[in-house]
Amino acid sequence: MNTIWTTIAIISLIGLVLALVLYLVAEKFKVVEDPRIDEVEKVMPGANCGGCGFAGCRAFAEAAVKAPNLDNNFCPVGGNDTMAKVAAILGYEVKEKAPMVAVVRCNGSCANRPTVNTYGGFASCRVKATLYSGDTACAFGCLGCGDCVAACQFGALSMDPETGLPVVDETKCTACGACTKACPKALIELRAKGPRGMRVWVDCRNKDKGPAAKKACAAACIGCGICAKTCRHEAITVADNIAYIDPDKCKLCRECIAMCPTGAIHESGFPKPLDKEATKARILERQKKEREEAAAKAAVISSEVEKSKPQEEK
Amino acid sequence: MRKPTFSIGGVHPHDSKISRECRIEPMPLPDSAFLAVSQHIGAPAKPLVAVGDKVKVGQPIAEPGGFVSAYIHASVSGTVKSIAPRADLAGNPVMTIEIAREGDEWMEGIDQSDTLVTDIPDDNKALLEKIKLGGIVGLGGATFPTHVKLSPPPGSKCERLIINGCECEPYLTSDFRVLLEKGEQVIVGAAILKQVLGGVPCTVAIEENKPEAIAHINEVIAKLQKLSPKFNGIEVMTMKMRYPQGGEKQLIDAVMHRQVGSGALPISVGAVVQNVGTALAVYDMVQKNKPLIDNTVTVTGECFPHQANLLVRVGTPLRSILEHLGGIPEEAVKVISGGPMMGKAVANLDAATLKGTGALLLLTEKQTARKEEGPCIRCGKCAEACPMGLEPFLLQKLSRNGDVEALEANAAQDCIECGCCLYSCPANIPLLDIIRLGKADAMKAIRDRAAKK
Repeated sequence: MNTIWTTIAIISLIGLVLALVLYLVAEKFKVVEDPRIDEVEKVMPGANCGGCGFAGCRAFAEAAVKAPNLDNNFCPVGGNDTMAKVAAILGYEVKEKAPMVAVVRCNGSCANRPTVNTYGGFASCRVKATLYSGDTACAFGCLGCGDCVAACQFGALSMDPETGLPVVDETKCTACGACTKACPKALIELRAKGPRGMRVWVDCRNKDKGPAAKKACAAACIGCGICAKTCRHEAITVADNIAYIDPDKCKLCRECIAMCPTGAIHESGFPKPLDKEATKARILERQKKEREEAAAKAAVISSEVEKSKPQEEK
Repeated sequence: MRKPTFSIGGVHPHDSKISRECRIEPMPLPDSAFLAVSQHIGAPAKPLVAVGDKVKVGQPIAEPGGFVSAYIHASVSGTVKSIAPRADLAGNPVMTIEIAREGDEWMEGIDQSDTLVTDIPDDNKALLEKIKLGGIVGLGGATFPTHVKLSPPPGSKCERLIINGCECEPYLTSDFRVLLEKGEQVIVGAAILKQVLGGVPCTVAIEENKPEAIAHINEVIAKLQKLSPKFNGIEVMTMKMRYPQGGEKQLIDAVMHRQVGSGALPISVGAVVQNVGTALAVYDMVQKNKPLIDNTVTVTGECFPHQANLLVRVGTPLRSILEHLGGIPEEAVKVISGGPMMGKAVANLDAATLKGTGALLLLTEKQTARKEEGPCIRCGKCAEACPMGLEPFLLQKLSRNGDVEALEANAAQDCIECGCCLYSCPANIPLLDIIRLGKADAMKAIRDRAAKK
């Protein structure tokens, strides 16, 4: 009987001593953590996608608590709602950001781009890109192996078997940017969703000169600049034989779409389809009028100059 | 006696040297030559000519764009038609100088005769400068500028020059034919290289499947040694047949029993390796004033009836080479630039040859079809085959997961992309394809770190 009591006593004593040691160590090496980090983490989406530029939601929360304001920290997945909650916890002001969406800038479908090579290797765009320029004569277009689809954590991307191009499901896309990094041809762009989801963009990244681009793909931007001349809002610039529409300046008039000779400009989210022929006729009419007006003006000016000449001589 | 070879890894594919009996024949001149400004490792060359300029064969048309870079010379005479991006072998746009050919007018001072010149000038500095002016790059495939390799950094000393005549890749026979037909020139070239490096001993390494070349080079060396003491210290070493013996690090291991460390250059163990073709180019430039404007290209493949070893001007479109030899047979589905192990499939037959293009290999559907990928069965064959002592099964996993730190720790950057792992894998896992990505990531991480310092 005695042995049992002694054993219990000794073990209890050891337990007590160890507990004391543990307590002291814990006190000595205590890490004081801002309780707000936990609170912020709770309101985060928890996808740990890295779209914000940090390793995960916890890392974002730590950075957000440490930062003096929220200007450089934004969770694209949670969007403005989440950021409002984070701001409320931290007592910061938050700037509303326009919601973004991934846009694939290639329209080189099987019908538009004739195939000149066949690929039998490992099905990965990155592997393919290290080997050669792609199955078509376009060295800038989609490789079609779906690295972007694999990179998307939200299931927002899928390959269309008919066109061989990735399709973005707008309702699922969180604009985390994982696909933009996965694409070796840098074809995916994060663009402002636009008012009520309406947006217009150039669906091509081919920097070849017009004839070469056109030969490689029927839907290529040939850098002709007609869209830039048509646009009344100075939203379109052409560089490296490729047009780009600035989403901030675009007024969604869709005139560029009607005028594009190759159909390289695309629209999304408009309630009514564009009547291309009518719009084109209208624009041409307007441009003709403008030219006539300009000619008339020039005639007036030159006649005035003519008139003023003899006066000067006098 | 066991013949020397490298100590770890390697595979033994069938050598398939079916074009070994074809003599080197000059290819008729192309109508236009397309000379890319980056045909070598390092900075692209800067064009020296403008559109509309008349150029002669051997005239420099682009100068080095940095220390590691090379001159490029007009390979045909005529008018510069354009300087613009053009799709290369892989279909990617590369700045290219196009020369429309008119006749065949050479620069003055180039000796086009066949007479062998064995007197080697004594001024090493002038020799090195001449090699640089000749636009000579390593013709074993890596196209590293030769003059850079011949200028050891301060503190390192060359102890042995190795002339690489292994030609361990199946199908290729251009080096073999060069050794047989231009053996004298190669050995004089080797003597020049040897002298520039400070009179170090020289080993000509040839694999045992080329006994004619070994016998011929031995004869040539004996003959030349009677002429001048400058040819003393050159010897032939017969190597066991094994792939990738022609890899720089493997060859140094085989010949000198020294290992080049991770990320280090051969000069760190006192070795300089030059290809047979490079030695010939050095001879041509130093003794004949002829810069690197042509090279020997093997055109082969079981399905190709007109096997050939052609002397092709740099910048000749591939299509014209194949058409000259009777066109592409119907059953050929793939044209490979280089050998079957390390060569790359050509995506664009309108592209032109580069200085380093050593072979065009035509393969059939059956020869190129990939088998379905299975799961890794952990047999370890890839690790056994890797000549760099890496673990391909692990690297491919890390590469798929994008674990750059672990890739670097497991030396993915040391992969020489020889393809032994892929060749030996019973599960048909595309090991090399995937590891190549990991290697690129690891090398980028190393470069970024170096740039930060």
